[in-house]
Amino acid sequence: MSDNLLSLKNVSKEYSGNKVLKDINIELKRGEIHALIGENGAGKSTLMNILFGMSVIHTTGGFEGTIEIEGKEANIKSPHDAMDYGIGMVHQEFMLIPGFTIMENIKLNREITKPNLVSSIFGKRLETLNIKRMNEDTRKALDLLDMDIEEYVQVAGLPVGHMQFIEIAREIDKTGLKILVFDEPTAVLTETEAANLLKAMKKLAQKGIGILFISHRLDEIIEVADAVTVLRDGEHVATKNIEDTNKYEIAQLMVGRSITLDREEGLNRNIVDETILDIKNLHVAMPGERVKGVDLKVKKGEIVGIGGLAGQGKLGIANGLMGIFPAKGEVEFKGKKSALNDPKSAIKSGMAFVSEDRKGVGLLLDESIESNIVFSAMQINNEFLNNFGPVKLKDSAKIREHANKMIKDLDIRCTSSMQRVGSLSGGNQQKVCVARALTLNPELLLVSEPTRGIDIGAKKLVLDLLKQLNNEGMTIIMTSSELAELRSICDRILIICEGKVEGELPPDAPDAEFGLMMSGSGNGNSEGREA
Amino acid sequence: MNNENISERLNTSKVSTWLADNIVSLIFVAFTIFGFLVSDGVTMNFFLTELSSRFFRNAFLVLSLIIPVVAGLGLNFGIVVGAMAGQIALAIVLYFGWGGLNGLLLTMLIALPIATLFGYLTGILYNKTRGQEMIASLMVGYFANGLYQFLFLFVVGVIIKVPNTHPMIKPDGIGVRMTVDMGAYDKGGLKYALDKIWEIPFMWAILAVFAAILLLQIWKIIRNKKNPSLYRYNMTMTVLNIILSLVMIVISLYAITTNSSLMMVRKVPVVTGLLIVALCIFNELILKTKLGQDFRSVGQSQHIAEVSGINVDKTRIIATIMSTVFAAWGQIMYLQNMGTLNTYGAHMQIGLFSVAALLVGGASTQRAGVKHAIWGTLLFNSMFIMSPEIGLSLFGNALLGEYFRTFMVYGVIGLALGLHVWRTNKKGKVTLN
Amino acid sequence: MVEVKRKKTTFRDIVNKIGFPTIFIGGFWILLLIAGGALGISVITLLSDTIKRAGMNGILVLAMVPSIQSGTGPNFALPVGVVCGLFALVCSIEFGFTGWAWLFVSIAFAIPLATLVGYLYGRLLNAVKGSEMTIATYTGFSIVAAMCLAWLMIPFQSPNMGWFIGKGLRETIQLDAIGGAHILSNFLRFSLFGEKGFITINGESGIIIPTGMLLIFFICCIIVWLYFRSKSGIAISAGGINPKFAQSSGINIDRCRIKANVLSTILGAIGIIVYSQGYGYAQLYTAPLMMAFAAVAAVLIGGASASRAKVSHVIIGVLIYQGLFTTALPVANQLFEGTDLSEILRMVIQNGIILYALTQVKGGDN
Repeated sequence: MSDNLLSLKNVSKEYSGNKVLKDINIELKRGEIHALIGENGAGKSTLMNILFGMSVIHTTGGFEGTIEIEGKEANIKSPHDAMDYGIGMVHQEFMLIPGFTIMENIKLNREITKPNLVSSIFGKRLETLNIKRMNEDTRKALDLLDMDIEEYVQVAGLPVGHMQFIEIAREIDKTGLKILVFDEPTAVLTETEAANLLKAMKKLAQKGIGILFISHRLDEIIEVADAVTVLRDGEHVATKNIEDTNKYEIAQLMVGRSITLDREEGLNRNIVDETILDIKNLHVAMPGERVKGVDLKVKKGEIVGIGGLAGQGKLGIANGLMGIFPAKGEVEFKGKKSALNDPKSAIKSGMAFVSEDRKGVGLLLDESIESNIVFSAMQINNEFLNNFGPVKLKDSAKIREHANKMIKDLDIRCTSSMQRVGSLSGGNQQKVCVARALTLNPELLLVSEPTRGIDIGAKKLVLDLLKQLNNEGMTIIMTSSELAELRSICDRILIICEGKVEGELPPDAPDAEFGLMMSGSGNGNSEGREA
Repeated sequence: MNNENISERLNTSKVSTWLADNIVSLIFVAFTIFGFLVSDGVTMNFFLTELSSRFFRNAFLVLSLIIPVVAGLGLNFGIVVGAMAGQIALAIVLYFGWGGLNGLLLTMLIALPIATLFGYLTGILYNKTRGQEMIASLMVGYFANGLYQFLFLFVVGVIIKVPNTHPMIKPDGIGVRMTVDMGAYDKGGLKYALDKIWEIPFMWAILAVFAAILLLQIWKIIRNKKNPSLYRYNMTMTVLNIILSLVMIVISLYAITTNSSLMMVRKVPVVTGLLIVALCIFNELILKTKLGQDFRSVGQSQHIAEVSGINVDKTRIIATIMSTVFAAWGQIMYLQNMGTLNTYGAHMQIGLFSVAALLVGGASTQRAGVKHAIWGTLLFNSMFIMSPEIGLSLFGNALLGEYFRTFMVYGVIGLALGLHVWRTNKKGKVTLN
Repeated sequence: MVEVKRKKTTFRDIVNKIGFPTIFIGGFWILLLIAGGALGISVITLLSDTIKRAGMNGILVLAMVPSIQSGTGPNFALPVGVVCGLFALVCSIEFGFTGWAWLFVSIAFAIPLATLVGYLYGRLLNAVKGSEMTIATYTGFSIVAAMCLAWLMIPFQSPNMGWFIGKGLRETIQLDAIGGAHILSNFLRFSLFGEKGFITINGESGIIIPTGMLLIFFICCIIVWLYFRSKSGIAISAGGINPKFAQSSGINIDRCRIKANVLSTILGAIGIIVYSQGYGYAQLYTAPLMMAFAAVAAVLIGGASASRAKVSHVIIGVLIYQGLFTTALPVANQLFEGTDLSEILRMVIQNGIILYALTQVKGGDN
């Protein structure tokens, strides 16, 4: 018997013909901390879904390859099975009930009970809770983590760091825990809390628990992990012992250059030396994508790219500028101070936004193409209306004419301008979003995740469209998780990490530099976390 | 300086939260006191007699609302459906002329499977109308009322043949009469079948209740000394409770020994009272079981409960069934006190009144306990007794008081629900900090 | 083989387009009409009554459209608008107006009153987002109960409205005393298939068409229809379907919701005035308590959902709903004498369809 606790052997997975994981092999030894790193969409969450037997895997045809636990093949069909095999997970978003005490949360649905008179007739569910024993168990788990907090304290109001530890305590408390997965555990923690957490991880590993550590913070990985596996686009790029590598190499492996979108320099670029947008110290309260003080200057005629990993705040910038989420800071647009938290004035001043959330924010799925295209222009600029005194009715003829023009210009594939937007393909939906923004005649176009969820061919078309618009003089800020596409059309790329600008790179900078910046180890503000 | 500011802010916010939590109760206390001040026709004696008989009629129904609140279903206006189950059972028993205590127990026994079935069905409905349970529970009452009338007005007579000579059946042989007399207890009927088993004078009951509360508080202190970590414990409340109990014990002893006019208050039905106490204890004990903990988990967060492997749908259905069954029994207890079955009206307002009573006691859609139910039943019924009196003495019109109390019922529900949603929404807002 | 398949899908398409409840309940109505004809009940009278009742209730049902479109759900607080209308109507009598003057003054007074009240109600709904339907129901109930006190306490003097003894207003006020009963219904009234020929002006038999009342209903329908093609109406609809979308286009959703509920309240107020003249009586006190549910059910039967409604749903819904129950009453009486089956049917169908619509609402976990 080997001392391999967990072995994933040739694990592959496809979603409707689309391979998202290809032959992944990971070995986790007893007491080892094994880091897993990769960009968004590299396949980390799919891999975890497989490990935990989530139903999304089994309803889409299962996976290939085998999972072995302590040398024996394991058949994990549900999260419950995973628990039985001794696999635990510390979630990124806390699975804690705020109104419950620490003990109640730790023992959630694993309560210890003792039989009573009624339960002997009506069944186990009416057994009395054994609060004393549950408290003792909780104490034990908390002690193991050096937490001197009382087990009967309510979770609501505790600092985030404590909540993370309670999650860990819950997993430790499960009998027979062998493997513990940490999913970006330090993302929400302060520096001291993060340091404590890493200490606790080491301590757990010493007790023989195998730890899978998903993180994008290279410094932490170097500090705490024994080995690291890099995933990229569903492929197993490399597994290295930490002693044999450094963060520069890991970063390079992580970003790589898989899809090469050809970058052709536009001939008639017309970047003017005139600042069109000047952002100072922008804060945006977008849940999950908080911006914590960003400075950015954009020149007229530029295409500026904003990149970074999910959850770091890159999406918050455009949303904050457009007033969709509460924001504060100083923004000057075309030399004039621009009001924040006011979508109407943002649009009026000449900005237009194509949202990353196409179906949620970008479109009225049940309405026709034409009503989608003209909606904003009608509401903000009073276009496409017939005025009868104070009454403004929509001008169907004008709307139709404009919509047909847009359909032709942007090559939207549809039966007619009356077609329901919801029935279009992703790429065409995206073009409708762009058409709506263009109808506003903006000077600055903010585009977020323009190619999310659309196929390769359509991606190229959308990017070409942006390039063409830029050639016609439009300034563009493009936010995207896909580095490759940023690099294919942007003049320069800002990388956002932890709500701040980590650094700026030219599109042809080496992969490793992008990787380091995305992991917060760029030249900028990484020193603080070195300890 | 800064610290002071914060503590000050905390203080004011504490006071205002307390006010917001208890605003409804306070309005009702003020109203009742106001009633005593303006109307000279109401004696303490009359008030207490009315209040105690109303309390013993309604408390069980109000208590049946607690479990759904704990399980996150909100206020179950659908206990109307339970009341219908109770009435169906009662009609069966009355039809066959069974009476007395045995008859009553039989009614409760028959009501059990009917209410379980009804509760199961409404539970499924609540699972399908997730997030809109409260309006759904109101509508399900109206909907079920249609089916109930179909049963009592049409099925009985047209499909189930019954003799038109039966005193319950309308003269034309189709449908049950509007009102059915339940027959006096001593003549083998069902009226007071529970209440008349054992009655004690009002002040003796007060003495017994508060003596029990006193003992309970003392026990709590001892328990807390032994093991402080196990239980939630609030010293001030305990002391207040002890003082209150002592005062009430002294008053009742005084009344008993001097045989004051308070001894003229109508006697109190002990068995009914004990059943109410039993339900109180049940509601508390169930929370100390695995099932109760599941109720709470589901009530706090359906998502987390689901992820933790609790069968959320099933748990919610069980909560609904329990509530429905207790409502059926509560309705039977209510009707044995009334003495007549108002076939088509008795259940109609049960949901509204019980919910209003619970809210008056300080409960909300997410938090309700035994103490809210008891306190609310007392306060709500005080308002009910006083409002015609106030109408009469202030405006010379008792009808005004009637309308006023209808207004209070709807207003209280609207206000309590509205305040709750408003505060939750305010808390959930995304801000820069 | 292929032919059959294609036919099947088109049939299903039709069902999906019109909506299963609409077809089911509409079919049930036609069945009852046929049964009524077979039992010897005059189908013409039934249709005549249906048109009359649909005309009376039409605007009340129409009041559901703006609130549903704005995303606040069916206006369960319809009684709020209704009591505004009743108050205006009563005041108009109090000031001694009769006949057409009474009608116009009532409506003219009802509109500003309903605007004000609707504005406040809209503000309330914005404070309780997520639970609009429940809160609306109890707001409606509370207003009705509060107005019971008002009817009793406000010192109205008109002898046409008071109790014969004591203070306060009567439960039902006869409108013929002030020349207001059927004033709209009788305007340009004619009848079809009457005894005196195909069309008879002011006819009393056959299918009586209350032209004036239908006219005002259709005018209201057209106004609402046009409104939802205007800039403001389009903004309201967008805010209702997808608040985030509307917000990102610079629309103030809260203001849209208030606008829609003001419109709904105004329609409720006008609706009850039209209803009262068609009925011949104004019903005060607890009469408006349950009115919202009938109106909600009607628009749902017409094919609306709790989040989408069109004017066509109102017209279809009010016809089927009122038709069903005007038909069910005599037919059920004929079949089972002495039972109140039609009332039972109304309760089951009205509340059943609302429950059905609630199960289709995407619930939030609170």
